Amino acid sequence: MDSPALFLPRSSLDALLQALRGDGYERVLGPVARDGAITFQNVQSAADFPVGVRDRQAPGQYRLESGADPRCFAWANGPQALKPLTFAPRETLWRCERDTDGGLVFRDAGERNVRTAVIGVRACDLAALKIQERHFLKEPYPDPRYAARRESLFLVAVHCSHPASTCFCASTGDGPRAETGFDLALSELDDGFVVTVGTERGAAVVERLDLDRASPGQRTDADAEIEAAARQQVRALPSRNLRDSLYARLEHAHWDQVGRRCLSCGNCTAVCPTCFCHAEQDEPTLDGSRTDHLRQWDSCFTAVHSYMGHFLVREETRLRYRQWLTHKLASWHDQYGRSGCVGCGRCIAWCPVGIDITAEVAALLEPAHA
Amino acid sequence: MHDPDRPVEVEVVDRVEETPTIYTLHLRFTDPEVAGSYRPRPGQFNMLYLYGVGEVPISIVSDPDFDGPVEHTIRSVGRVTRGMERLQVGDRLGLRGPYGRGWPLEAAEGRDVVIVTGGLGCAPVVSMIRYVLQRRERFGRLTILQGVKHTDDLIWRRQYEAWQRLPNTQVLLAADVGGPNWPYSVGKVTVLFDRAGIDPERSIVMLCGPEIMMKASIDRLLALKVPPEALWLSIERNMQCGVGHCGHCQVGPHFVCQDGPVFHYPALRSWLGVTGF
Repeated sequence: MDSPALFLPRSSLDALLQALRGDGYERVLGPVARDGAITFQNVQSAADFPVGVRDRQAPGQYRLESGADPRCFAWANGPQALKPLTFAPRETLWRCERDTDGGLVFRDAGERNVRTAVIGVRACDLAALKIQERHFLKEPYPDPRYAARRESLFLVAVHCSHPASTCFCASTGDGPRAETGFDLALSELDDGFVVTVGTERGAAVVERLDLDRASPGQRTDADAEIEAAARQQVRALPSRNLRDSLYARLEHAHWDQVGRRCLSCGNCTAVCPTCFCHAEQDEPTLDGSRTDHLRQWDSCFTAVHSYMGHFLVREETRLRYRQWLTHKLASWHDQYGRSGCVGCGRCIAWCPVGIDITAEVAALLEPAHA
Repeated sequence: MHDPDRPVEVEVVDRVEETPTIYTLHLRFTDPEVAGSYRPRPGQFNMLYLYGVGEVPISIVSDPDFDGPVEHTIRSVGRVTRGMERLQVGDRLGLRGPYGRGWPLEAAEGRDVVIVTGGLGCAPVVSMIRYVLQRRERFGRLTILQGVKHTDDLIWRRQYEAWQRLPNTQVLLAADVGGPNWPYSVGKVTVLFDRAGIDPERSIVMLCGPEIMMKASIDRLLALKVPPEALWLSIERNMQCGVGHCGHCQVGPHFVCQDGPVFHYPALRSWLGVTGF
């Protein structure tokens, strides 16, 4: 949408929340600092946002610190991406009832989607959402549950101005500026927000607010913060397409090296905004008259992920790490036309032993060991 | 939007005990409308659902133009298949499918069809064998090469003997360990290639079985000057959704449930036999 940038004074942040509710978004989620991490939670007012909160992230480390300024979005992503809002961590796919003659009736689980607005979405997570859409909505079997949840989401992006040391979205081309995929996008300045409209739905919400146009100075300041956020990033992947380089190194000695450090815990796949693996299982009632068929997030780091009845395809941790990394950065190109990594850095911060995807790639590409 | 994850009800109308651990179920759709629109291709699979237990991918044995029950030959190996073993005529299951890519029926027309199977991996090729036999004039010579570990592992022995008596059809069997009543070859399936008289220019080869057996067979076939483009193989991986979503069945760039289970050998060449994929 090509409409002029507007300015939302900081004092009107509550008015934005009210406008979203007024436009039919029953649930408004925003960043909340709770239990030592920033995650998306229900927000009643702007006071729920992490005012003045900063984060410090490093391999295997995530800490929040309090600051003294009024900024609400001066942090890089916490562990939770948009993923759980569209690809549910655990859900009932269908329900089966067995009648007294043994007949089976399969029914929809009847889950209802709540129209949800999310404030504070980062560019990397918007890119990840687009990647997961390609996966779950691809023909010939688009997933109706994913489609319904995606359709019910209203996304308010906030361009990233405070990247963590673990961030590398500038090198993957997915941030720090949110280019597409949002309904509204905000740039946070000290006294308020520069607002750009991405969709008709976004325009409808903004109309309720009666905002002035952003001044040229405000727009310049906003752009400068985003550009600085790109320059501040200290990590990078060496290329947006590592497919051939990694396919050529499937027997590299470094897989053993990283395999010895990796605990195979699956934290990286849980926090990754694009990992889509899930397992299915039945949960029958005790009297046997009904059973729910569930799916829940799975990880290629578990033993059962490659279970084949009489053997495991990936018994060793090094093979699981190689599966994850080569899927994410190599075979993803074959499947979906781009890398499966958006540079959010979560897998680095949330790895209990601090395995760093950018460092592992660098070691794999090191010519001396090839 | 249609829900690709939800099964439909089928009823067991026949159950055949093949061996103590292998059984064949004949399944009828209870909704005639579903039955009318169901058209599997040889080599495709269904997701079968046992009430309260779960789903498993099972290859389809029956002919695509056969209107009768859907046939599945199942080996008891895991939680679901061991539970299905106890099913009787009249019991109900859930079924979704057919899924995946089957055998290259069009590419096979007019050519000699060579089937190579090993171990108990023969079920996915049985539908192809039957397909050729039902339309005999559209194909050249049919050669079936089957290897098993022990002579006891050969299910459908009578079936093989019946096929052997058909014109323009060659059946060669080998067992790693022979026995007093084993009139066939002893050794791996690869010992059969020299005797099979395969015409490398006229043949299309379809393989199914343990990957190590298929890899050894492919090496032999390539040495016999069969071009890589004439080779097709069916592989197995953990599958939970069947529709390309759950991620378990990936082999390199491929989702076996969608890009396979039958692959053109050139597409799978760089991944076959690489431990961990």
